[in-house]
Amino acid sequence: MENLIALLVAAPLLGAAVLLCGGRRLDRVGHLLGTLLAAASFVIGVVLFADMLGKNADDRTFTQHLFSWIPVEGFQADVSFQLDQLSMTFVLLITGVGSLIHIYSIGYMEHDERRRRFFGYLNLFLAAMLLLVLADNYLLLYVGWEGVGLASYLLIGFWQHKPSAATAAKKAFLVNRVGDMGLSIAVMLMFTTFGTFAFGPVLKSAEEHLGGGATLTGIALMLLLAACGKSAQVPLQSWLGDAMEGPTPVSALIHAATMVTAGVYLIVRSGAVFNASPDAQLVVVVVGAVTLLFGAIVGCAKDDIKKALAGSTMSQIGYMVLAAGLGPIGYVFAIMHLVTHGFFKAGLFLGAGSVMHGMNDEVDMRKYGALRKYMPVTFVTFGLGYLAIIGFPGLSGFFSKDKIIEAAFAKGGTEGWILGSVALLGAAITAYYMTRVMIMTFFGEKRWQPDGEGHEPHPHESPKSMTIPMIVLAVGSVFAGGFFSIGDRFLHWLEPVTEHSHGNAPISATTVTAATMVVLVVGAGLAYLQYGRRPVPVVAPRGSLLTRAARRDLLQDDFNHVVLVRGGEHLTRSLVYVDHTLVDGVVNGTAASVGGLSGRLRKLQNGYARSYAVSMFGGAALIVAATLLMRAV
Amino acid sequence: MNPVNYLYLAALLFTIGATGVLIRRNAIVVFMCVELMLNACNLAFVAFSRMHGNLDGQIIAFFTMVVAAAEVVVGLAIIVSLFRSRHSASVDDASLMKL
Repeated sequence: MENLIALLVAAPLLGAAVLLCGGRRLDRVGHLLGTLLAAASFVIGVVLFADMLGKNADDRTFTQHLFSWIPVEGFQADVSFQLDQLSMTFVLLITGVGSLIHIYSIGYMEHDERRRRFFGYLNLFLAAMLLLVLADNYLLLYVGWEGVGLASYLLIGFWQHKPSAATAAKKAFLVNRVGDMGLSIAVMLMFTTFGTFAFGPVLKSAEEHLGGGATLTGIALMLLLAACGKSAQVPLQSWLGDAMEGPTPVSALIHAATMVTAGVYLIVRSGAVFNASPDAQLVVVVVGAVTLLFGAIVGCAKDDIKKALAGSTMSQIGYMVLAAGLGPIGYVFAIMHLVTHGFFKAGLFLGAGSVMHGMNDEVDMRKYGALRKYMPVTFVTFGLGYLAIIGFPGLSGFFSKDKIIEAAFAKGGTEGWILGSVALLGAAITAYYMTRVMIMTFFGEKRWQPDGEGHEPHPHESPKSMTIPMIVLAVGSVFAGGFFSIGDRFLHWLEPVTEHSHGNAPISATTVTAATMVVLVVGAGLAYLQYGRRPVPVVAPRGSLLTRAARRDLLQDDFNHVVLVRGGEHLTRSLVYVDHTLVDGVVNGTAASVGGLSGRLRKLQNGYARSYAVSMFGGAALIVAATLLMRAV
Repeated sequence: MNPVNYLYLAALLFTIGATGVLIRRNAIVVFMCVELMLNACNLAFVAFSRMHGNLDGQIIAFFTMVVAAAEVVVGLAIIVSLFRSRHSASVDDASLMKL
């Protein structure tokens, strides 16, 4: 049974290889092949899952050693897989949601002549992500990590004829490189400190605080930097909004099943390292809390439906990172929110794609309105996703987000109060911006306008291949949270891997739930008053200072431009200045002084025989004097 | 007579010769001064030979005379051809060999 693990990765990898190398003759069947292999991977995952459920909780870690990759004395890098409850959760999420997105893409990309290539990239994305979560050591994880970066680059820039898409892909890749540097430094530090990078020994050593607190904090912070890059956390968040240039299924895949979840996985997987370093944990929660608010505020101001959803992803991942930074109190809930988020965010993105599909690829929500009558299925599935993400009682987001807010309070002390309040505030803003998206898209009156070529949009429901995945995801958005939470199923499932402690909550769970409900009503009500009661202007009003800043992603690009681009330019300019003045100065100065000296010495060669005779006499006199002096001494 | 006096005379002659080489411009005079210095050396050699009671110094004096004779032949030839080409026997005029 354990030999099936490699097949999980191999199936989509085979798909990618065949589709990308197969050439045009596969154009007709490429999309079916890609979808089939993704689904095959999902089926293998389910088989393994069933097998795992049949075993005792302590006996659920499967390993498969494939081959020895770099066997050198004292340096053992193996390609071997480890499938435990945490990996299993990710495998099911990645392959499950991934397969649905494949099915959806069949319809969405129908008119794109490069559809075969698109499916090849999707398969590559799945394979890299599966490698990432199945690796049993950090080096192999790094391979998957880079693979995810490559696949996201290819997919975000899929419509490379658009300069904006090409730039967005490049930006995503470059920002991710910064995080990748963090991971590679962390892996190197692990090897020099512990002499290995396999999960088991590294985490065991970290638990025993081997290597000293400072080193562990260093490793943890480098891992956090890596997570920030992949999961779009402040300060490496700027690529996520631009990544919306890719086709919508790609956005769904990046935001729900792959890519951004990798950072959370890394933190939870390296839990022992973070547990050993309270300082690093503090940084993690701060990053999570800041990103949570950052993403939410950006989401409020965007008129582009996909960018509003991107802001929301950033914010929700912020919740997960916050939970992961809380330590054993939060690991389980971080992953639980990740899974439920996978359902409703994939559903929301596919819904957004469906809306765009019906509206001539218009993304500006100010030009939507009243779509609920024209796209009933999209409306219902998107609506369920909406209710799930804001945490409507009984739906997925309600259970998972509530647990995170509780855990934040349970951190204890002033820190707990601050984190809890930030999480609550985030919940209010989430309710606000999602209600805004919902109302602007599906309610109110028609604000449609002909596109650039004068085509009047004719909104229509999308084909079955697109609506069925949306329906499946909507079902998940509704029931997943309840299924996981009732009887603490998810907690018991993950506890053997991540450990769990309850913390000491200063306020009861019921109070937190009640507070969450209150902020939800306030947030959603505010959005209703602003957008539901009044007509939405087609041209965005100027807005307050904060709104304008949020429209520009809270000046993140301006910040990067001023600090990094300008700073880099200044650095290079000053380096060039130093090079010109100091380095060139020394070189040219030496040459000039040698030249000047020889110019003076040259004067001795004046051609007058008598002056040569003087020097000869002088020299002879000097030698005689020296001889006499030496004899005298 | 004390042989040291010959050495004084040789030193005096050498100094006169050297001064002449350094300050006179006429090639012929410079040439004569060089001869004077050579003969001062000869005198010193012979004086030392007498003082030490062996013939080494005298033999070297003969060598010097031979070399001086050869030098006169070559040197005068140079001076004559120089005068022919430049119509001057000044050593300062022949200053082409410089950087």
